[in-house]
Amino acid sequence: MVGSYLLAQVTDWLASGRNLFLAIHVLGVACFAYIVARRLVPLLRAERDPRWDRPLARLSKVCKFWLGQWKHPRYKTAGTLHILIFAGFILLATRAFTVLIVGVSENFVMPGLSGEAGHIYNIITDYAATVVFLCMVVAVIRRLIFKPGRYEVPERFGKTHKADAVFLLALIAILMVADSLFAAAKAAGQSQQGQPVEFLAVLSLPWLLQVALASASLPTLGNVYFGAYLLHEITFYFLLCYRPFGIQFHVETSLFNVYFAKLERGTLKPVKWGVSDERLDQVKSFGVKTYEDFTWKHMLDFYSCADCGRCSDNCPANAVGRPLSPRFIGIKARDYAYQHYPMFGRSGNGKALIGNIYSEDEIWSCTTCGACEEECPLLVEYIDKIVDLRRGMVDDGNVPQSLQKPLKALESRGNPYGKMEKKRADWANAKEFQQVCPVKTVGKGDSADLLYFVDSITSYDDRMQSIGRTTARILDHLGENFGILGAAEKDSGHEVRRFGEETLFAALRDHNAGAIKASGAKRIVTADPHAFNALKHDYKDIPPVQHISQVIASEVKAGKIKFNALENKTNVYTYHDPCYLGRHNQVYDDPRDVLDAIPGLKRVEMTRSKDRSFCCGGGGLMLFYEPKEEERMGVKRVQMAVNAGANVIVTACPFCMVNIEDAIKVAGLEGKMSAIDLAELVDQQIAREEPQAA
Amino acid sequence: MARIFAYIVHKAGVPHDTATQLAAAAKKIDLASSPTAILTGWGPGLDAACDNVCASYSEIWKLSSEVLAYPNAELVRQALAKILPPGSILLIAHEHFGIDLAPGLSIKLNSAVVSDAVEIAGVAGSFLNIVRQEFGGQVSAHVRCDISSGAVVTVRPGAFKAPESAPVAGIVVDKSSEVGALTARRRYLGTIVAEAGDVDITKHSVLVSIGRGIQEKDNVAIAEELAEALGAAVSCSRPVVDAKWMEKSRQVGSSGKTVKPKVYLACGISGAFQHLAGIKGAPFLIAINKNPKAPIFQVADVGIVDDILEFLPELTTKVRELHSVAAK
Amino acid sequence: MEILVCARRVPDTSENEIELNSAGNDIEHDELVYSINEADNYAVEEALQIVARVGGNVTVVTVGGEGDEEVLRREMAMGANHGVLITDDAFSGSDGRGIATILKAFVQKGNYDLILTGVQAEAGGAQVGGMLSALLDYPFASLVNSIEVLDGRKLKISREIEGGNKELHEIDLPCVLSIQTGINEPRYVGMRGIRAVASVPIPTFSASELALDPSVVGEAAAKVKRVDYFVPALGKGAEMLHGNREENVDRVLELVAAKGGLK
Repeated sequence: MVGSYLLAQVTDWLASGRNLFLAIHVLGVACFAYIVARRLVPLLRAERDPRWDRPLARLSKVCKFWLGQWKHPRYKTAGTLHILIFAGFILLATRAFTVLIVGVSENFVMPGLSGEAGHIYNIITDYAATVVFLCMVVAVIRRLIFKPGRYEVPERFGKTHKADAVFLLALIAILMVADSLFAAAKAAGQSQQGQPVEFLAVLSLPWLLQVALASASLPTLGNVYFGAYLLHEITFYFLLCYRPFGIQFHVETSLFNVYFAKLERGTLKPVKWGVSDERLDQVKSFGVKTYEDFTWKHMLDFYSCADCGRCSDNCPANAVGRPLSPRFIGIKARDYAYQHYPMFGRSGNGKALIGNIYSEDEIWSCTTCGACEEECPLLVEYIDKIVDLRRGMVDDGNVPQSLQKPLKALESRGNPYGKMEKKRADWANAKEFQQVCPVKTVGKGDSADLLYFVDSITSYDDRMQSIGRTTARILDHLGENFGILGAAEKDSGHEVRRFGEETLFAALRDHNAGAIKASGAKRIVTADPHAFNALKHDYKDIPPVQHISQVIASEVKAGKIKFNALENKTNVYTYHDPCYLGRHNQVYDDPRDVLDAIPGLKRVEMTRSKDRSFCCGGGGLMLFYEPKEEERMGVKRVQMAVNAGANVIVTACPFCMVNIEDAIKVAGLEGKMSAIDLAELVDQQIAREEPQAA
Repeated sequence: MARIFAYIVHKAGVPHDTATQLAAAAKKIDLASSPTAILTGWGPGLDAACDNVCASYSEIWKLSSEVLAYPNAELVRQALAKILPPGSILLIAHEHFGIDLAPGLSIKLNSAVVSDAVEIAGVAGSFLNIVRQEFGGQVSAHVRCDISSGAVVTVRPGAFKAPESAPVAGIVVDKSSEVGALTARRRYLGTIVAEAGDVDITKHSVLVSIGRGIQEKDNVAIAEELAEALGAAVSCSRPVVDAKWMEKSRQVGSSGKTVKPKVYLACGISGAFQHLAGIKGAPFLIAINKNPKAPIFQVADVGIVDDILEFLPELTTKVRELHSVAAK
Repeated sequence: MEILVCARRVPDTSENEIELNSAGNDIEHDELVYSINEADNYAVEEALQIVARVGGNVTVVTVGGEGDEEVLRREMAMGANHGVLITDDAFSGSDGRGIATILKAFVQKGNYDLILTGVQAEAGGAQVGGMLSALLDYPFASLVNSIEVLDGRKLKISREIEGGNKELHEIDLPCVLSIQTGINEPRYVGMRGIRAVASVPIPTFSASELALDPSVVGEAAAKVKRVDYFVPALGKGAEMLHGNREENVDRVLELVAAKGGLK
C-alpha cells in the first residue's frame, strides 16, 4: 500500500519517541481514570434518583439538545461559536485518537478511514481544526475585549473565572495548532522527499503551516513533526485531566447530563425517591442540608455546568439584585465538592450548605419561574435543587418570620391570609352577583360536571375576586354545569410545596383531592396557573384540569364564544405569560389566539415573551416573602411592556395581576398603563346577545 | 370606702403625663375620694416631682431612699408593701414600670389586680367594675373585681382625661422612715438610649404615620413621597418596625417615641393603645384605614375608609399640584 | 440550666375575626382557631437558645384542658424537652392569681433555674409572671428583650422601656422573666415536626397531685371575673368622610392646611 509505505517513511521520525509516547499515554489515561473515579465518589454517596427509564425519550433529548445543540442559537454569537466548536470536536474526535495511536503504532489507520474516505475525512478535519482554532481566537477576544456581562462574577460569589476560561481556550487552540502542525510537517516532509503528499485542505491551518514549512530542512521538519506530536499528546492529556477541575468538565459529562435530564415539566421531585407519601413521616431528615443530600444527578449537574451564565442572565431574581444567581448555585456547589472530595485523601465532615455556601435569602429568592432551566443548553435543573434546599430549611425550622404567619394560617385555615373558611365563597355569594350568575357550591346535595377550582387569592382578595366572577360568568355563558367547592376548598398548596413545606402541602392536597372526588365533577377548570400546575402535576387521580384560557380558546375556535369589537381602538395590548401557564405548561398560544379573536384588538409582543417571559415577582407565599432587592421584578416587567409600545398588559394569573398592578403604581405609570386578566377582558368583550349555540 | 392611692412615675423632677389621669381614674372609683399620690425616688428630682403633683393630689407620700434613685420595681414593690394600709386601692399607669410592679405587688398585698383598665364604672358593694379591652381591642370586657382586701389597678395611659377641677394645694408627707432597708436580687445597671435616627420624628409638626396597612417595605416609599410633598416626616407603628420596614427611631408608641405634632395622619394604623400612647399634645388626627371597624376611628378627628396604597398617592398628587399652583 | 416556660393557648387574632355572639355577651367561639400565645412562643425560642448555649432542658407547661396539648406538642416540636399539662375541673374560672398559684405548686415540684412567660396573652393582662415570682419569692423582670447568662447564677437582661430605650439589669437565679415579642426569631414548626412528637406522652397533673387546696384556685377563689364581652359604640370620635376618593382627598388637604400642616 502506497499510503502505509509513505507513512512508514515519515513516521520513522516518531519511532525514537515510541516509548516516551507510550508512557505518556499510559500516564494520561491512568490519571484521567483516577480523576474521574474520584469525581464519582460523591455521586455514589448521593441520594438516589431513578433515571434509567424511558431510554427512547432520553435518546431523543440527546439528539435534540446534545447532538442538535437545540438551545444554543438562543444566544446568537456564543451559540454559533459553540455549535462550530462542538461540531469540530465531534469531527475531530476520530482524528485525534488516530494521531494518539500513531505515536505507538506508526502504521495505524482508523478502520473505515483508509483510502478515499480517509482523504475526504482528512480534508474535512483540516477545516474543522481550522474552524475550532478560529473559534478559540474569537472566544478569547470576546472574553478579553468584549467581556459579555453574563460572564462577570459578582464579588459575593468569588473571583472571576476569566483566567481559567482563557487558559482552557488557549489549550484547545494549542491542540489545534499541534494537530495541524503535525499534519503540515508530515506533508512538507513528504513533499521534500518527493513522496506522494497527503493533500491538505486549501487555506486550512495545516495547509498554511505546510506552506510556511515548505523550505525548512528535513531534520527541522523531523523535529517539528516530533515536537508537534509531543505537544499534541501532552496538551490532549493535560486538557483531559484538567477539565474535571475547571469549567469544561461538561465536555465529558454533557452527554450523560442530557441523557439523564428530567423529562416532565412543571413537576417537582419527591422528598425522597422511592418513599411513598404514607411512609414520609418515617424519613428522618427532609430536603438537602449537606452536599450528600443532593441526588447523583444534581451532582452531575454541578459538574456539567459550563459557566455560560445564560441561567443568571435570564433569572428575574438576579436581574432585580436579589442575592440569587442560579449560575452560582451550581458553581458554588461544585467548588465545595472539589474541595470537600479532594483528589487525594478522604473527605472530611460535611458542612451544612445553608450558612456556609448558600445564604438563606439566596435560596428564598427564587420564584421558581423556570427561566434558568428553560435557557440551559445542558438541561441543568435548578428548581428541584432550590426546593430541596428549602425543604431542608423548613425541616430545621429555618423559615423567615414573614413566611411563618401565612404558613400557620394555611395549616389552621387553609389559606395564607388567616381568613375564615366560611368566607371563602363570599365572592360568589354576594347577592348582586348571585342574581346575575348563580354559582353552585357542590358537595351538599348539589353536583356539577365541571368544577371551578378558585384557590385562595381569587377567593379572598377583593381585587382578584373579579377574576373569579368573570370566570364564573364565562362558564355560565358557555352553559356549563359548573360549581365550586366553597368552604370545602383549601389552598392548592402549589407554593407551599415549592417553599419546601411538603407535609403541609400533602395535607392540603389530600383534603382537596378528597373534596374534588366527592364532588363527582368530571372536569376541573381554574383561572389560577399555580392551582392549574398543582392540580395537573402535584395531585394524582383527580379529573383532568384545564386553565380557563384553554377553555376559552377552544370555545372561540368552536364558534361558541364571539366577541364584540373593542370600543377603545387606540389601546395597544401585550400578553404577559404567567410562568406556570407558559414555561411550565407550554400554554403560549391559547391566550394569544383568544386576544387575536377580539375584533379591533391591537397586540404587540414584548421582547421577553413566551418561553423567555420575565417573572412578575412570584405568587403564593412569594407575596409574603420580603426579598432583599434593588427593584421589583414587576416594575422591570411593566417597563418591558412600555418598551414594546403597549399600554394594556393582559395576563392570566391573579398573582401576575397583583404584582403588575402594584408595579404600575410603583413605576408611576398609573393612568398610562393598565393591567387586565384575560378572563376579565373576555367577559367584557363577549357577545352575549347572540343566541347561544346548541 | 377603701383609701385610694396613685403611684406616680416621674423622671428628672417631672411627673409622667399619667399623674393627673390617675387622679381622674380615682374619681371614677369614688367621686368623693381624695386620692393620695405616692412618689418614690431620691434627691432634688423627687422633691420637684412631689411639688409638681401638689396641684392634683391633696396628699403626697414621699418615699425617699438612695436605692430608689432609679425606679427598680423590685425595690418599689417592697417599699409599697410596707407602707400601704390593708385594703387600699392602688392605681398605677399601665406602662413598662406598672407592668413590672403591679402583679407581684398584688400578691404581696394579698389584693386583687386588674391590668390595663380603660374605663372604671364605679364600685358596687365590694366590687369594682372595670372595662378592659381584649384581642387587640377588637372587643371589650366588663370585669368585676373584688376589692374587699384591696386592689391594684393599672390604668391605660390616655384613657382617662385629667379633670379640669381647680388645683388643690397638696401637702407632701415624708414616709421614708417607714420604708426601712430595701434589697433586691435584680440590680439596675444602666439604660441604653436608642440611637437617634436620621430623622427626628419628635420635632415635626406633621407626621405621616404608617402601620401594618402599608403591607410591604416597598410601599413605604408611598408614604415618603407624601411626607416630602407635605414637608412632613414619616413615622410608624410597631408592626412596621418589627417587620424591619422602618428604623426603630421612627416608631411612635409606648415602646417607641412620643411625638407632639400638629397634624397626625394615621395611615393603615389600627390604633392599638400602645401606639396611641406615643401621640401627645392632642394633634389633629386624620385616620385612613381599609377596615371600618379599626379602633383608630374612635379616637381620630376625621376618618376615611379607604386603601392607603391608593389614597396616599392621590393625596400626594394633589399636594404637589397645590404647590405648583402656588409657585406660579 | 433548667428552664420552665409557662405557655398558653389563645385564639390567634391574626387568624380570627373576634365577634360577639348573637346574645351579645360573649365572643363567638365557633370556628375560632387557636394557637400558642405569640409572646409565649418567643419565650420558648429564647429558652431553647439559652439551652443551646449553656446546656440544660426546657419544659413547657400549660394550665388548661385536653385541647391545650396541641400547643405543648408544637413547642416540643420546636425542641422543648418536656411538655406538661396541668388540668383539673377545679381550675376552671381561675383568675391570673389562680393560675399563678397553680404554677407555683408545679414549680415547687421541680428544680428550675429560670422561669419564662410571654409578656402577655391576647386576652390577658401581663399578670401571671409577676404574680408567680411574688408567690415564689423569686426576682422578676417584665418586657425582657435580651438575656445573657453570666457566671455565678446570674443573668444580664434588658427590658424594653419607652422611646425604644433599653433598661439593663443583673438578676439572680432562680428568677421569673416575662418575654417581649421580638426578642428573637422563633423557628418554624410545621405539621411534620408536630407529628414526630405526636406519640410522646404528655404528663398531666391534677389539683391533688400538686397538693393544691381547691379553694385557693378556680372560679370561687377568683377575685377578678369577666362579666361579659361587648363592643363599644363606634365612631364617637371621628367624623367619617363618606365622599368619593377625590372628594376625600380634597377635604383632607383642606383640613391639613387649616391645621397648619401645609408648608
